This record gives sequence, C-alpha cells and structure tokens, in this order.
Amino acid sequence: MDISPEIARAAAEAAARQSYGKLVAWLAARTRDVAAAEDALADAFAAALERWPHTGVPEKPEAWLLAVARRRRVDAVRRRLTGEAGRDHLKLIAEEMEARMVDEDLPDERLRLMFACAHPAIDPGVRAPLILQTVLGFDAATIASAFLVSPATMGQRLVRAKSRIRETGIPFRVPERDELGERLAAVLEAIYAAFAEGWSDPTGTETRRRNLATEGIWLGRLVASLLPQEPEALGLLSLMLFAEARRAARRSPAGDFVPLAEQDIGLWDDPLIDEAEALLAHAATKGGIGRYQLEAAVQSAHTARRRNGRTDWPAIRQLYDALMAVAGSPVVAINRAVAIAEVEGAAVGLAALYVLGDDKRLMDYQPYWAARAGLLARLGTTKAAEEAYDRAIGLESDAAVRRFLQGKRAALRN
Amino acid sequence: MRYMLMIYADEAAMATVPTETTYQISAAYGAYTEALKKSGAWLAGDRLRPSQATTCVRMADGKTNVLDGPYADTKEQLAGFYMIEAEDADAAIAWAARCPAASTGTVELRPIWEMAEYMAGK
Repeated sequence: MDISPEIARAAAEAAARQSYGKLVAWLAARTRDVAAAEDALADAFAAALERWPHTGVPEKPEAWLLAVARRRRVDAVRRRLTGEAGRDHLKLIAEEMEARMVDEDLPDERLRLMFACAHPAIDPGVRAPLILQTVLGFDAATIASAFLVSPATMGQRLVRAKSRIRETGIPFRVPERDELGERLAAVLEAIYAAFAEGWSDPTGTETRRRNLATEGIWLGRLVASLLPQEPEALGLLSLMLFAEARRAARRSPAGDFVPLAEQDIGLWDDPLIDEAEALLAHAATKGGIGRYQLEAAVQSAHTARRRNGRTDWPAIRQLYDALMAVAGSPVVAINRAVAIAEVEGAAVGLAALYVLGDDKRLMDYQPYWAARAGLLARLGTTKAAEEAYDRAIGLESDAAVRRFLQGKRAALRN
Repeated sequence: MRYMLMIYADEAAMATVPTETTYQISAAYGAYTEALKKSGAWLAGDRLRPSQATTCVRMADGKTNVLDGPYADTKEQLAGFYMIEAEDADAAIAWAARCPAASTGTVELRPIWEMAEYMAGK
C-alpha cells in the first residue's frame, strides 16, 4: 500500500476537524446551543471530510466550511431539514463572522467549549464523549463503539448533555484563577479518559479505539497550547506521549503481552519520549505539582532504562509516595507496593500490598492479584502464588494478558 | 437567566433542634437573603409551612380530588424557595452553595422556562 495518500487523507481530515471544531465552538459560545451549531455545519463538515483529501485543504478552511454551509441553506430540502435554529445560526455566522474572516483568523473558543462540556453539572461519564463530538466532530456511533456502549444509548446521552448545557445555562468560559484548578482537572480527566479508551487496545487492531488515543493526544496538545502556563496540562500531554511512545513494544510479534520491564527499548519511539521529557521539564518550571506530572515522571523513570539499562526504582517509589499524597487510589497503592518490592525486597512490598487487602474494590481487580502473585512467587510461596495467579487470570478480559499470566503460573513449578 | 432555588430539608430533624439553634438558622437565612437583595439577584423567596399543611389537588372525572398530605413521602421535604436572577449556571450554583440549606439539606436548582422560549419551541 502506498502510504502517502493515506497521510494526505489523515492531514485533510485533521484540518477539517480543526476548522469544524473552531466554528462549532465559536458559534456555541455565543448561543449556548451546541446542537444547533453542529446542525448548521453538519453538511459542510461532511463535504469537507469527503472533498479535502482529494482537493487539498483550502487556504481559508473555516471560510470554506462557512460558504458551503450557507450554500446548502439555499437548498429547499435542506431548509426544511435544518429547521429554524440552524437557519438562525447560519444567519448569525454570516452577519458576525464573515467580515472578520477576510483578514484575521477566527478566535479560538474551543477551550471554552471544553470547559462547558466538562462542567461539574454535566454527568462525568458523558464529558469525554461530548468533547470528542463537539470539538472533533465525531458521530455518536463512532464514539459509542469506542466507549463500548450502544449507539442509541450514546446518542441519547449526548443529546441530553447538549440540551442540558443550553437549558441549565452552563457558561462557555475559562474559569477564573481561583477555581481553574478543579475545573481544569475535569477537562484533563475527560481528555485522559478518551486517551485511555484508545490505549486499552494495545495492538491497534480496533481502528476506532486506536484513533481515540490519537485524538486524546490531539486534544491534549490543543489544551497545552491554549493554556501553556498550566503545569498539569503540560503534564497530561507528557504522560500520554510517554505511553504512546511505548505502544509498539507492548505486544510481541506473536501478539503476546510484554511487561514494561521486558519491553524492547529499540521499539520505543525516541523522538516522542524526548518530547515528553521536554514537556515534563518545562511543566516543572511552572510550579504546582499534580497527578499528571507525577505519573509522567514515573513514566520518565521507567524509560530511563533507555539510556543506562536500569529502571530507576527508588525514584519511582518516591513518586508513588507523592502520588499517594496528591491523588491516592487503590491503583496507585498497588503500583507503590510493586516499587517498594523492587527497592526493599518482595517481603516489604507484599506487606504494603496486604495492608490494602481490606479494600473490597480490590477483590475483583486483576492488577492487585497479579502483583500479589508475582511477589509471592519471588518469596517462593508457590501454593499461595498459584492461587493469586488463578484469581488474576479469572479476572482478566484481555486474552494476551491472560496467556502471559498463565505462563507465569506454569513457570512456578519449573 | 432566572433560577428557582428549592430548599429541601429534613422536617423531622428540624422539629427537634434547640430554640437557640433555630435563632442561628434564622439569622443565617436573614443574612443570605440580605446578600441576595444587595447584589440585585433576589426576585422572590419565602419559607413554606411544614408538609403536614400540604394539600394535593387533582381533578378526575370532573370531580375535585383533595388529598391531605404531600404527594411523595421522602426524607427531605420542600421547605422554602428563592427565585433569583443569575447570569449563568455558575453564578446560580455559587448562590445555591451559599444558602444555609446547602450545608444541612439539599438545594435544588432549576432554570425558569421563560415563556418567550417555550412559545418559540426552544
């Protein structure tokens, strides 16, 4: 397959999404009516996705979309379908925007749109899908398949969230300094959720989910560029780039799971890691440590193996101590116990893990049992390790990881 | 935008608080109402008598069906309301958070469906 048409197509699609998102955001920020903004531009966006890969991206992409949207409006059928709200919106674009479009770029309101989508009055579960739809123009069916829900359900949730933005009077505003932290956290969380959905498909065989990781990074870049002074926005982008850089190494050619410590560093994407390192270092100069910077720093310590062949476990342990203080969770605690085991020995690590045993949520959590099994195995308590591996295997849904755990379990008796 | 702040409180618990505490609560509401008025956000607001004074009315088959008591038996009951003017949901949420009931019960926030909007089908 020739790769260049594929790249051209991707570039055209990215440009179309960029321009579409800017227009939707600009319009919605003025009317609070996201659905009507999307409706007004839907046809033009579809036309751009179809045409730009062949014709190239027009010189003024937003003006192009606007012109097509207006031409379609004249179409009698279209007029009937678009409805009153869409016509009003097109009129608004025409009147307010066209003059300024000639010389200057459209003001970028996408950040304000993202803050509206991740507002505390919006259900947390729909924030990431909502951002993907409004800022990137994905349809409900694509988003639904990525988040593993039915298209009808996702469609309903998105429609409901959009009418909620309008009816509840949710503002399109970047919050003031004093409340920015908490609200930005919701935006970053939504972006990370999108990335994580894509990341959970390591081989990238499910195209839609792989794209989701790419879109997560794209949104992360957007937020980092619009809020360059926010260390956590930079930290999140750094974290995602570190993870993405290791994608090719996460599975063997045969499709088997490869744990981080055994990954072939030759398969890591060095330029991406360098970019992640630079972002993290830059974030550190801003003051204000947070979970994303700490998690990125953990990734950085893991990738230190790239240079000197050793993973910096003492640093990782310290970082997990800090993460426990900033954003403690059972998941962080498990990772911390594993790091402790590397620094102070398996028995100490196991003790740190046993302290967590009271948490009911962990009983059905695969990484807890896998970590426990690994440490028990190192202490030579084969019987207990086997039991823990059985629990982990029974809880794992990914066949490749299951095979890996089964292999570890079988190796106990050798 | 106009918003209705509906105050839900546990009547049974309210009935048992010491007199001294009810004075404190009244003072807190007084200060809150004053703040709303000074800022220009206040449109209306009052306390409701406890739900034992509730009467539910329904028309069925041309007859007026009058029921003694509230419609739903819940732990918290509607105890009062404020109608405020706020620029957007953030401003309304900020007022709701300052309402004394937000610390002890629940403040339900609802935008008014302005007639001009629903007549226009929005």
